[in-house]
Amino acid sequence: MIIDHPILGPRDAAEFVCLGDACMMDRPDWQADDALDQFVEYGYLRDNPAGEHQELWYHEQGDRSWLVLTRNTLTHEISKVELARDVARARGRDK
Amino acid sequence: MRYSAFKILKEGLTGNKGWKPVWREPDPKPEYDIIIVGAGGHGLATAYYLAKEFGMRNIAVLEKGWLGSGNIGRNTTIIRSNYLLPGNQPFYEMSMKLWENLEQDTNYNSMVSQRSILNLIHTDAQRDAFVRRGNAMFLSGADAELADAEQLRAELPFLDFDNARFPIKGGLYQRRGGTARHDAVAWGYARGADMRGVDIIQNCEVTGFDIQGGVCRGVETTRGAIRARKVAVCVAGSSGRVMAKAGMRLPIESHVLQAFVSEGLKPVLPGVITFGAGHFYVSQSDKGGLVFGGDIDGYNTYAQRGNLPVVEDVAEGGMAIMPMIGRARLLRSWGGIMDMSMDGTPFIDKTHIGGLYFNGGWCYGGFKATPASGYCYAHLLAKDEPHPNAAQMRLDRFKTGNVIDEKGQGNQPNLH
Repeated sequence: MIIDHPILGPRDAAEFVCLGDACMMDRPDWQADDALDQFVEYGYLRDNPAGEHQELWYHEQGDRSWLVLTRNTLTHEISKVELARDVARARGRDK
Repeated sequence: MRYSAFKILKEGLTGNKGWKPVWREPDPKPEYDIIIVGAGGHGLATAYYLAKEFGMRNIAVLEKGWLGSGNIGRNTTIIRSNYLLPGNQPFYEMSMKLWENLEQDTNYNSMVSQRSILNLIHTDAQRDAFVRRGNAMFLSGADAELADAEQLRAELPFLDFDNARFPIKGGLYQRRGGTARHDAVAWGYARGADMRGVDIIQNCEVTGFDIQGGVCRGVETTRGAIRARKVAVCVAGSSGRVMAKAGMRLPIESHVLQAFVSEGLKPVLPGVITFGAGHFYVSQSDKGGLVFGGDIDGYNTYAQRGNLPVVEDVAEGGMAIMPMIGRARLLRSWGGIMDMSMDGTPFIDKTHIGGLYFNGGWCYGGFKATPASGYCYAHLLAKDEPHPNAAQMRLDRFKTGNVIDEKGQGNQPNLH
């Protein structure tokens, strides 16, 4: 697979490490009443779809940036590559 | 029809006209006591033990393709019980004991070959860890044997003992480990279940579950709705897709594992050998091909094909322990989809939906577990309580803190 890095351009996927579902960016509120249930969901349950999947990749052998890929798990086609920072900001976070 | 040497002789002398199809191809009935979704190794074994050990008869096994067309048909055929943790090891030793008697039990030649498995040791720390694992194996009633480098030099002279980075310091043997003929395992269980009245319905994909008031009353399929008192899902590799139809999210990600076969060679490997410094395992099939594999690719996928970096990594692992493998040509490689669970351990459990049961999360170690998985799942379905050897393989273990993390990697499925 070739990942079209938003800053560096096309890079071999072997330079990256895949962490998994991008839902891991949305850490639950630890003070919520149902924080235990929320953290079990957050830490352990996954949608695992057959099709479009948003996931976190880390450019370990490159610029050490975190990316959010939108990748099809049936075809391996990557339709979108964003900096995780930009995705987090778009969701209203400050960094 | 019972298979025997006498039967072969008789058929040989009478023109082989008496052989019959090994299983029926029935149409689905409107209702069953138990529906098993997935006619793979585990699903067929479940049906077999339900019929044979627990006296259930009104069972259907539904399969979207043909039986045995999933991971039972595409693995590296290794059987072993060399685990460490109490939640795992008694289960796998139970499986090994069932393997040892499988052919007599099913009256089918599954080619179970206890040709040994050897985990190589490359460091002193690893020797300590393997001694501990060997002791855990003893505790479950399994066999284990620590071999030093001198012994291995005599037994396996072709290994690269003096490799500069990964010198071989010894190994942990399980002599009762080995290989089995993967397809024949599925066929033997299918035949045994069919003989006892189980309907194996192929080309019948489950498209939904009939869930009313929190109770599952049957399934929707491409061949119509079928009612059942209990629905037992057993579709490792596709668990995420199938359980999503019941509205469930699982502690599982789907990943691809590649496997490889070389051209046929004269006998060279006496048993299964695994590399201890990287991830590589190899055995030799009865046809002569070296059958080997290594790590999963590491990203979520349902495509049954992998990428080249892992091919290179696996080849490097092979070269590190037995450089002669570099002279063998690769005949073919393929990929299969694994249910990678959050702690590397499977699930055999009820779900929160009444009448709906789940078996999955086998990571890339499901083949060796086939007999015990079937037996324990059958026990759960028949008695509604888990078999003692699978009592810890629960879906809620992450919430209760009872994770079974053999490798100590945490909730990172692609590292197990």
